[in-house]
Amino acid sequence: MPDVHSLVNEFVIKLKKRQIEGSKTTAKLTAELLRSFISQLRLPHSNQAGALIDAVKEVGEKLITAKPVELAVGNVVRRVLHIIREEDLSITNAAVGGLNLASESDDDDGNDEYDHPVLSASAVAAAARNALRPPSLQTLLDDIPHAAATPHTSSSGDDSEGKSKSADSLRRKLKHDVIEAVNELIQEISTCHEQIAEQAVEHIHHNEVILTLGSSQTVKEFLLAAKEKNRSFRVFVAEGAPRYQGHAFAKELASRGLQTTVITDSAVFAMISHVNMVIVGAHAVMANGGVIAPVGLNMVALAAKRHAVPFVVLSGVHKLCPLYPHNPEVLLNELKSPSELLDFGEFSDCLDFGSGSGSPLIHVVNPAFDYVPPDLVSLFITDTGGHNPSYIYRLIADFYSPDDLVVQRKSAS
Amino acid sequence: MVAKKGSRGGAAGEDAGEELSRDPLQAILLADSFATLFRPITLERPKVLLPLVNAPMIEYTLAWLESAGVEEVFVFCCAHSKQVIEYLENSNWLNQPKFSVSTIESYNAMSAGDALRLIYEKNVVHGDFILVTGDTVSNMPLTQALKEHKERKKRDSNAVMTMIIKQSKPSPITHQSRLGTEELFMAIDPKTKELLYYEDKADTSKGTLTLDRTMLLDRSSISLHNDKQDCYIDICSPEVLSLFTDNFDYQHLRRHFVKGLLVDDLMGYKIFTHEIHSSYAARVENYRSYDTISKDIIQRWTYPLVPDIQFLQNSLTKLERRGTYRASDVGLSRSAKMGPFTVIGSRTTIGKHSEVSNSVIGEDCVIGSNVSIDGCYIWNKVNIEDGCRLKHAIVCDGVTMKSGAVLEAGVVLSFKVIIGQNFVVPAYSKVSLLQQPVRQDSDEELEYADNSSGNIEITSVPNTTDVLEELNTEVGGAGFIWSVGEKGLEEEWRHSVAPISADRLLEIIKSATDELDTSNEESNILPPSGELGIDSDNESDDGRDDHAHFEKEVEATFLRAIHENVEEDHIIIEVNSLRLSYNMASTDCAGALFYAMMKYAVDTPHDSAGELLKITNGVIGKWEKLLKYYLPSLDEEIEVILKFEEMCLESTKEYANLFSQILHLLYDKDILQEDGILRWESEKEQADESDKVFVKKAEKFLQWLKEASEEED
Repeated sequence: MPDVHSLVNEFVIKLKKRQIEGSKTTAKLTAELLRSFISQLRLPHSNQAGALIDAVKEVGEKLITAKPVELAVGNVVRRVLHIIREEDLSITNAAVGGLNLASESDDDDGNDEYDHPVLSASAVAAAARNALRPPSLQTLLDDIPHAAATPHTSSSGDDSEGKSKSADSLRRKLKHDVIEAVNELIQEISTCHEQIAEQAVEHIHHNEVILTLGSSQTVKEFLLAAKEKNRSFRVFVAEGAPRYQGHAFAKELASRGLQTTVITDSAVFAMISHVNMVIVGAHAVMANGGVIAPVGLNMVALAAKRHAVPFVVLSGVHKLCPLYPHNPEVLLNELKSPSELLDFGEFSDCLDFGSGSGSPLIHVVNPAFDYVPPDLVSLFITDTGGHNPSYIYRLIADFYSPDDLVVQRKSAS
Repeated sequence: MVAKKGSRGGAAGEDAGEELSRDPLQAILLADSFATLFRPITLERPKVLLPLVNAPMIEYTLAWLESAGVEEVFVFCCAHSKQVIEYLENSNWLNQPKFSVSTIESYNAMSAGDALRLIYEKNVVHGDFILVTGDTVSNMPLTQALKEHKERKKRDSNAVMTMIIKQSKPSPITHQSRLGTEELFMAIDPKTKELLYYEDKADTSKGTLTLDRTMLLDRSSISLHNDKQDCYIDICSPEVLSLFTDNFDYQHLRRHFVKGLLVDDLMGYKIFTHEIHSSYAARVENYRSYDTISKDIIQRWTYPLVPDIQFLQNSLTKLERRGTYRASDVGLSRSAKMGPFTVIGSRTTIGKHSEVSNSVIGEDCVIGSNVSIDGCYIWNKVNIEDGCRLKHAIVCDGVTMKSGAVLEAGVVLSFKVIIGQNFVVPAYSKVSLLQQPVRQDSDEELEYADNSSGNIEITSVPNTTDVLEELNTEVGGAGFIWSVGEKGLEEEWRHSVAPISADRLLEIIKSATDELDTSNEESNILPPSGELGIDSDNESDDGRDDHAHFEKEVEATFLRAIHENVEEDHIIIEVNSLRLSYNMASTDCAGALFYAMMKYAVDTPHDSAGELLKITNGVIGKWEKLLKYYLPSLDEEIEVILKFEEMCLESTKEYANLFSQILHLLYDKDILQEDGILRWESEKEQADESDKVFVKKAEKFLQWLKEASEEED
């Protein structure tokens, strides 16, 4: 136990000190931390799921407040909470099903396991999802047989009974299943780039011109995947002031044999008419389909809209945030050091508080992120496929349970 | 900081950790500044625990050291060591997994030198270490500087120290107004970055910088900078500690140690510099730099060490528009105005119609209505009643300001002071509940007196009760107003938090313009005299001072000429350049040069008046030509005689009896012509009796002159 706590503390300190950069790394580290936390947690005999949820919430609260601007932390915490709920329900369901010997949900379980023999826990979870909730659009479209909403009431009624029946084995099972499912989550986060890149050929065609801004790992793999499939296309890279990560990005693309052109951020509008598609990465995708992205992207999106160029955002599922951007608890931006913009020594005389009126004539503001409203986005490409901005809320309903949205609000008060 | 588990790699800090050698990287943090600039506050609390934007200064230093990959820190506590240790014990620092902090306590260390000697005795530092004071704010990565240091060390074992410097604007105003420090001159080898010369008190040497010519012996060029700022962050080899032990008179890190190493070429130890560009580093030296650095933090130059990022256990603070930071539980009245660049700590309440701008307000403060606060630093648990006005002041913990009280610019209120109703605290005054300790006379002692301030016995001899204090207590206040230091108001406005007023700035600019022209350039060739820049801040002085300086300069030049056998032509060039820079007439040159010669002659050891005459004869004989060069017309000759007269009256009375002989001598050598001498006599005829002493003395000679000329006719 103390070991886990020190792990948690260490991670919190790292987050606070901004030593962990990038939402993917953060998400993965958060998931791994929560896995070890759960595996070392001793659960009480009764109401295991509740205890587990409370414990995870407590840790999650700490992590979220450590770096509120990194929404991926909150996302992963909520995903884990969701997993716990799902596993709990599926176990209960299974127990109920086993007792009643004949239940629709049991059938579904069998079906699903048959379909995906490897992904047992997620299959169970999916089954539970099917069983206990109004059908998601995804499942409707995928034409997977789903259960009616009726078992919902019966299962909740039998909750306690099911637990008391085979408490011991179930307890072990819950923890085991949750850890299994978190492992899958980690797997999912680490493979999201490949999953997204697989879809590249469907979007990038011969002789197209693609524009991107700054540097993004997801975008790089996406472009390279298309290149590997022998698509020949050109890439315009806007340099992405003030960090100018676009320079290194262009260099890397060029070294992999992609025809690359570097432009300044301000030249985007001039060049956009030559461009067939804008492909960019994101910091987070909000529940309304809006995007929090590196600074400068709003301008690119507006230019793309003006010239009817598709604006495509690549985003791993861990970047899907169940919150809305107008939520006051959501910290949309972080102001970084002005030294990225201008040299302190050179401007120190203009930044002088000590002379004259006591306030400097130059202020430097260096926000890290932009907000791109959903109506400027044409398409989201996630690990699960391409989605319209208006569909994001359904996706979110698949991955998060509405009860967990409050993790953050609780912590703030 | 290295990630704890191998599987959890990818952290940004990890590569920094890996770059360092196998030895844990150590740092020595001096939690005592060994200076008195923060008095009276530091009488009650050590400087490192003073809040800087609502977090103790030492937090910034430790947080930076930790993130820069330092693994072991020794905190050296001296003044108020108990408080520092107690603070660290209550904080999280002592039980960090990969970052060990240990304290070294001392009661009698008087200076940084003493501290380092003590640490050497403890034998805890094994490898290269970082030497900082506990008031450093920085976000610089150490990796690069450390690498350079280690590589240099490998090549040359005498490279014992790397000093971190930072560019700043090469204007004395910036130095002055940003950090309140004097201009700093550094000579650096542009290729190797070796530090060759360090002078932070250039003013005392009055106008000239003297660089040793041997600096250029084995290098083709050196660059002289006045646009660098010393960050007081040093990467040292373990030899540094032993050096301090060997030289027990090293006290001050810069004034003694650095300068000592630079001057001493016997041991051949070298100091190098590392310049940082985009990252931030500065040290809180005085109230002015306290102000500047606070503002830099608020403007986020120190990112990630900024108020809304919880690098320590401070409360949740949110950054809002126009650079205002507000804790989540601030009670701000609806009609209160929060101006730009303001930080308000948690649980503080601000009443109706109050205005706060450019200020930092701590936790648990109660601020009434109609209060105006501008550019102030208000610490914790301060109570400010209705209608107070504060401008550019520092208000410590627990102060109470009764309604209507006013703080003028630059005021410092120490802990728990009470300011009475409607009382106006005059500008730049410092108020404390403790009485001002009796001043020592010696400047040097003062400098180091504070280190033991925790134990200092404050003489309880009641001061002559100040009128102001009485007034203050009458209206319900408590506290002693400290009298300003020996250096007077000058020092006060330099170091206070208040901005420098426009006319003061103008003054600095005026006195500095010439200086900028000459010393800013990187010069490869030194003028033969070794003078690089001529400090002409004497413009602010009056003419007489100017004159005196000029004479001194000429005298120094002349003496150098004698000792170094400089050719006459060179002296002429130098004296001419001095004349131009001091804006003097050619008559002044003649007078000054003559004065210098006579002074030299009289300073040469001699027994009797006869011998003196002989020496004078010799000197004048030797430098005849030079003197003549400056005597093209009668005016100059008269000036020389007048000068001589003046000397006889004032500085060198020995000549008084020899006046007539020397006059004769000068005549014989053709330095003075008879027309000149006679004109002098006629000029003197109108003067008072008292002025005619020397005319009378020379009467015989004059008589003879007149006769001689008549004969010729």
